[in-house]
Amino acid sequence: MFADFDFDVIVRSLPYLFFHGMAFTLTLTGLSLAGSLVLGTLVALMQLSSIRALSLLAMGYVNLMRALPLVLIIFWFYFLLPWIGQWVTGASRPIQVGAFTSALVTFTLFEAAYFAEIMRAGIQSIPKGQIAASQALGMTYWQTMGHVVLPQAFRAMIPLILTQTIILFQDTSLVYVLSIPDFLGAASKVAQRDGRLVEMYLFAAAVYFIISFAASTYVRHLQMRIAVVR
Amino acid sequence: MNYHWNWAIFWEPSPEGWGSYADMLMSGLYWTLATSIAAWIMALVLGVIVGVLRTMPYRIPAAFAYAYVELFRNIPLLVQMFLWFFVMPELVPEDFGRWLKQMPNAPFYTAVISLGFFTSARVAEQVRAGVDALPRGQRMAGTALGLTLTQVYRYVLMPMVFRIILPPLTSEFLNCIKNSSVALTIGLMELTARARSMQEFSFQVFEAFTAATLLYVAINLVVTFGMRWLEKSVAVPGYIGSSRT
Repeated sequence: MFADFDFDVIVRSLPYLFFHGMAFTLTLTGLSLAGSLVLGTLVALMQLSSIRALSLLAMGYVNLMRALPLVLIIFWFYFLLPWIGQWVTGASRPIQVGAFTSALVTFTLFEAAYFAEIMRAGIQSIPKGQIAASQALGMTYWQTMGHVVLPQAFRAMIPLILTQTIILFQDTSLVYVLSIPDFLGAASKVAQRDGRLVEMYLFAAAVYFIISFAASTYVRHLQMRIAVVR
Repeated sequence: MNYHWNWAIFWEPSPEGWGSYADMLMSGLYWTLATSIAAWIMALVLGVIVGVLRTMPYRIPAAFAYAYVELFRNIPLLVQMFLWFFVMPELVPEDFGRWLKQMPNAPFYTAVISLGFFTSARVAEQVRAGVDALPRGQRMAGTALGLTLTQVYRYVLMPMVFRIILPPLTSEFLNCIKNSSVALTIGLMELTARARSMQEFSFQVFEAFTAATLLYVAINLVVTFGMRWLEKSVAVPGYIGSSRT
């Protein structure tokens, strides 16, 4: 069964797997995390806004994104972005959008819907009296949100945000459908070139498992620590 | 250069030799539903067993259930599908492996198994959370009445647990339907794959994806309303979630 298991193919491809593949995966995860946190917070604020049109728009966005499979959304943006680019820049034909840009925009917009739900729960967990107090002190809406509500909401939601980040990290493997060499794509490339599917896919699974398991164990500890403080 | 909209494309014959493009999408919808429902049944059965094991007062079953959940939760679904599809047939005895590779409809069975295991870990977590959410006194009262552990679970705990976890199970089922689209990477012709191939054949990208989007939204609405009706009809009067108080 494991008699002709070839460890050497893994060792030989390690630099390629990590310096290209994993670097791509982590860059994509990090950048889309930053983007979708900001965007998600804005969407959450829109959802809770007293302006009806804004909250309806935000809710429609979140519900639509959450109703669709990520794979379909990856395809949507892959084909849609060149046309949007043409429309924005006023070019005469659809512009070229690189696969990385396309993936980054997709994950940012997709995850923003999930982070919006998390941030909305966080904002709603802040007692109403704090908002009333801030207003009584003469703070504007943005001051209230920026100095009082959001820092607390953010802190309360850190475990959920981290859990969602682990999911995001796993989800980035789906850029495989655009044939981008992320970590899994790189492993798959080597696997097909050398005919070593068993070794490469098992190794990829092990790496994903170790990273996600370590991260989720850490989140659990963090959650317990926060729970004790309260 | 402008995009040429052509909504009549759905009624044109598809290059596959049978039916129109609309029929092609419908067959995709059929496989999406078949895969996700089969996987969901598997996930429910396994998930309930593993979730209950995790709350048992015995060390070994609880440890096994913990390992099970962590294993299937921490590997991306796409990687799990590759493992079942490409790796598993190589690791079993040769004859069995060859039989697996030649099986008709292999992508479908592989997708059901990988999606089933993947979702079962999530269901198990919900079941565990549901059992933990019940007051400890219920388990004790059951034991004090002389019920065996099986009876405590069967007659006291699980009837309430299922009602508590219906809303999170609804979203897990929706996730299961959405995740079935990952199976296009191993060649299952489900809805997203069909929309993609329609785009490749006809070049009508946005019509194809719009149709797929509307179908997914429709599935979501049907499931959400169906589960809401189920929640109402099984609610226990006096508890949260029941309309009668």
